[in-house]
Amino acid sequence: MAGPRNWLSQVVAVTQFGILSLPQRRGSAAAATFGIAGVVAVLVGVLSVAEGFRQAMNASGSPDTALVLRGGADSEMVSGFTRDSTRIIANAPGVASGPAGPAASAELFVIINLPKLSTGSDVNVPLRGVERPALGVRDDLRIVEGRMFEWGKDEVIVGRGAAREFAGLKVGDQIKVGRYNWPVVGIFEAGGGAAESEIWSDAAVLQAAYHRGDSFQSVYVRLQSVDAFGRFKDSVTADPRLNAQVYRQTDYYAEHSTAVTKLVTTLGYLIASLMAVGAVFGALNTMYSSVSARGREIATLRALGFGSTAVVVSVMLESVALAVLGGTLGALISFVAFNGFHTATMNWQSFSQVTFALAVTPPLLVQGVVLATLIGCVGGLLPALRAARLPIAASLREL
Amino acid sequence: MKFLHLIGSNLRRKKTRTVLTLLSIVVAFVLFGFLSAIKQALTGGVVMEGANRLIVRHKVSIIQMLPENYKMRMERIPGVAAVTHQTWFGGVYQDPKNFFMQNPVVPGEFLDMHPEMLLPAEQRQAWLATRTGAVVGRSTADRFHWKIGDKVPIRSTIWGQKNGNFTWEFDIVGIYDGKEKNTDTTPLFFRYDYFDEARRGGTGTVGWYTIRVNDPGQAAEIGKLVDAEFENSAAETKTEPEGAFIQAWAKQVGDIALITASILSAVFFTILLVTGNTISQSVRERTGELGMLKAIGFTNTLVMSLVLAESCLLAVLGGVTGLAIAWLVTSRGDPTGGLLPLFYMPYRDLLVGVLFSVALGIVTGFFPALQAMRLQVAEALRKI
Repeated sequence: MAGPRNWLSQVVAVTQFGILSLPQRRGSAAAATFGIAGVVAVLVGVLSVAEGFRQAMNASGSPDTALVLRGGADSEMVSGFTRDSTRIIANAPGVASGPAGPAASAELFVIINLPKLSTGSDVNVPLRGVERPALGVRDDLRIVEGRMFEWGKDEVIVGRGAAREFAGLKVGDQIKVGRYNWPVVGIFEAGGGAAESEIWSDAAVLQAAYHRGDSFQSVYVRLQSVDAFGRFKDSVTADPRLNAQVYRQTDYYAEHSTAVTKLVTTLGYLIASLMAVGAVFGALNTMYSSVSARGREIATLRALGFGSTAVVVSVMLESVALAVLGGTLGALISFVAFNGFHTATMNWQSFSQVTFALAVTPPLLVQGVVLATLIGCVGGLLPALRAARLPIAASLREL
Repeated sequence: MKFLHLIGSNLRRKKTRTVLTLLSIVVAFVLFGFLSAIKQALTGGVVMEGANRLIVRHKVSIIQMLPENYKMRMERIPGVAAVTHQTWFGGVYQDPKNFFMQNPVVPGEFLDMHPEMLLPAEQRQAWLATRTGAVVGRSTADRFHWKIGDKVPIRSTIWGQKNGNFTWEFDIVGIYDGKEKNTDTTPLFFRYDYFDEARRGGTGTVGWYTIRVNDPGQAAEIGKLVDAEFENSAAETKTEPEGAFIQAWAKQVGDIALITASILSAVFFTILLVTGNTISQSVRERTGELGMLKAIGFTNTLVMSLVLAESCLLAVLGGVTGLAIAWLVTSRGDPTGGLLPLFYMPYRDLLVGVLFSVALGIVTGFFPALQAMRLQVAEALRKI
């Protein structure tokens, strides 16, 4: 009975044979490796779309801010409040106080059609009217080019993502809203969140342009603390003068990202699992040809007293090594090709575009390499068993 | 034909390898089938029935309403055959996840405008007679097990009734089918007169208009006339062909469709690479046999054709099997549960797939075949 050390050296020896003979089979080995690289690149690439979208939506709120919508409305687009209602909400307990009264901004949310630069066709770009406290509620907003719009004036500022993805949104351009032309005076950043897909103006100016009278669609508030949410929510929903529902901003955006991320993730896994099956066949082919090419060597070793498990393990090791190589290659390709790639898509809940950057995160890379390892294991197992069962005498006779 | 046996026994030479190669081709074409179904779902039924239909919406965006009296003004424009309108209701049935479209329409003129919606005549009569009546597409009716005679409550996220209630109740009086496969049978349509009278706010305004023109060749000019009619009014319009309008919706999703498609083609290519390599490997192993064939009088062309026929047979067999599997699976419909109502594989792509498989056979077989053709008999025989 061989000791563990002896067994290990057997594994090393057989594996060495396999690896050293790889150049003779470089065609099929390379095809299997690239096949697996392709699978991993696609899986990681598709999932990076979902991940990037989710990240943009998650960056769109902090847990100490809340959003109030009309009861029954599932997005700002279909919500509505009178000015009186927004005042009651702003003065509810739990709202932080800003330099001039409560840190609560009553806002309007509409869409305008602008051509998307990448496709040239019209898309729904969100246009938001805000009140002064908005800057206190979203404290990560800063102007990176030009200046802030002047309150009460027909001017707009544009999120960095919107300026990049849609036509006619550079500083100095004018957007046409009905019969009005509003100049773009600045570009802003907001921590990579959904606000960067938006155009902002003074709510009062937007009310006039859209004949909205003195009504709003949503109220954004900064809470005194993360824990003040419960108090604020209870008081707003219990108030008989209001018909309102309250969301923590982080929850609201997380909920809005689920439809798109679910769609993309489902498609991604569906495609990747199909491809993985194809890659397993490729790996099986490679390993079978590897085993049959080395039939004589393996038989010789077995005749010399090498154990069959050592043969199994070494064939598996070779297969997994090729797969991990392919997986790493695929993960690197997808990282280089997709990470940070800017794009925009429709957020169906808000009926408007969200710009975001694809995100190839470490967990996605790990997931890709794990998939590759699995493919390697499955693709190596059957050939390994065949190698172990090779009839020694018959194989040696071929010498 | 007499060589079929030879090709067959060559393929049976290493059964495992042949089967594995075949299976990876099958997978590649199942993937191709899915890809075309996904593309179809994302770009929608762009090949629209009505090349003669135009959509008129508010110029700034579709969420802004248009006055109902625009209908009369449009009907007076020469070349316009019919006008009807729809309004986005934004309703939810039981759970916000159960998304489908519900729009108020004027029943008679709406059905005449959309002949691709097949509604039995008696159901049409029932709809015309029932104020709170609604017709629903087959797929949504099946999804929620609705039958004619059911009362369905739908809560609008936008429209409240005068009594402050956002939940509207409709009587299902008809279930329509689609004439073509790409007719969306998820929407529910109910009566505009009921809607307009009961809604609080927005009375007398509609979402968008559909126009049918007499001569599709004149569509572009008529669209310009319509937009000119409402220029400088409070609600300016934008008119475009229905196909372009729907395509624009798909492009709102935009880049994702492009990214998915390009990644998929890349991988289709990789799987083909794996297959091509296996085929050429199997030809290399047979150098001796091919030399023998030549030695006994097979011509160069014949040897080349044999190798090509082998790779084509394998590719087409795998391709057709893969396409058939994809066809069966995609014909079961949307895998995401409601997000992609038009998920199916068009016939056109089935044909393209078959052509692809022939091309695959030729491309993967070409170099091995060339190699086989150029084989020197003496040298090849030395390897036996």
